[in-house]
Amino acid sequence: MLQLLSSAVSLTRYKVDGRIAEPFMETVRNGLKKYRIKEIENDPVHKSVGWTCADQPYRPDFDASNICFGTFLVFSIRIDKKPIQAKVTNKEVNLAIAKRLAETGRDRISRNEKRDIKDNVLHRLCIRMPATPNIFDVVWNYDANDLWFFSNQKEANEELETLFHKSFLARLIRIFPYTAAELAPWISNTERDCLHKITQTTFNGGQNA
Amino acid sequence: MLDIAVAYNRYKFLGHEFLTWMWHRIDNDIREDGADSEIMTLSIGSRIVIENCRHNREEVLTIRGDGAGLEEGLLALNKGGKVTEMHLIYRKGELEWRFTIKGESLNISSLKCPQTGNLEKKDEVEGAVLERIYLVDQVIDLVNGLYCRFVRERLSSGWEQRLRAINEWIRRSIQG
Repeated sequence: MLQLLSSAVSLTRYKVDGRIAEPFMETVRNGLKKYRIKEIENDPVHKSVGWTCADQPYRPDFDASNICFGTFLVFSIRIDKKPIQAKVTNKEVNLAIAKRLAETGRDRISRNEKRDIKDNVLHRLCIRMPATPNIFDVVWNYDANDLWFFSNQKEANEELETLFHKSFLARLIRIFPYTAAELAPWISNTERDCLHKITQTTFNGGQNA
Repeated sequence: MLDIAVAYNRYKFLGHEFLTWMWHRIDNDIREDGADSEIMTLSIGSRIVIENCRHNREEVLTIRGDGAGLEEGLLALNKGGKVTEMHLIYRKGELEWRFTIKGESLNISSLKCPQTGNLEKKDEVEGAVLERIYLVDQVIDLVNGLYCRFVRERLSSGWEQRLRAINEWIRRSIQG
């Protein structure tokens, strides 16, 4: 099921800054395909970030899936990570060191050897460990240049901003108190000047007003 | 336009003032004019967070629970605190939305839209998606509309009058 249809959702709002090259739909579809999520199972990579289809996040096919709903484009970003715990790494490194010592008959190993063993262990664990997928929906109103991202997580938002720029060569501007006023269609030049000079108000029941 | 990272920190206070202003509007404007239909259908839900960062100290007060009394919150405002996060209930006709808004980012979380029909067939997905987008958009429109009103008032000479009204409201409320 699409995440945006869940009973409770969280969202961060963005303004799309920049023109998407024409033909618009082709550019978007190509961007999505070019940066589609890469599977990292049986691969010594610990993280993968890419686009996926909102309706088929584990078998994305941007040619077959519908991403266009009225004036909205709906797709998802998928962040796959292999969370290797430090305790697991420690255990495996210790076992590997004990094995090396037994094989060589020595009673200690060098720092470089230990680093190589640790790298090998991490490599092996990364191949064996299944990736945990996290899927976050994106709703892009291309008429209004507004984009909703269904997550408030800092890391997910940063990955979205980076991937969007790489894929479509346009920047996402996050909406927060300053940008919500600065980029609003209703703000006048006089109001914008005031916004730049504004300082905090203190509410205090009139004590020091 | 200012650098985004700089602007985020510099203007956090504007979001906190917005939520404090909103609490005052919710608590007062229905009685004042009764004409503001959006405000009339907005109420504070089950959580409000007030922070006071004056005098190099940071005090955070969280009030939670359905129907919780907000007197402690008003006392915190009286000491110079501002609302940093609030849970809201928005009603429009028969429909009801519940959500939390954070002042520093204007991010919306735990948004519960009005119940819609269950999705039974694959060809119902498009309708369900468009319906959900429409319902989420109602909340975005509400927040945008209120923020526009707040900023225009905040940047105008009328803000002094509003500030006096807010301070008077705080004083009256804590005096019982």
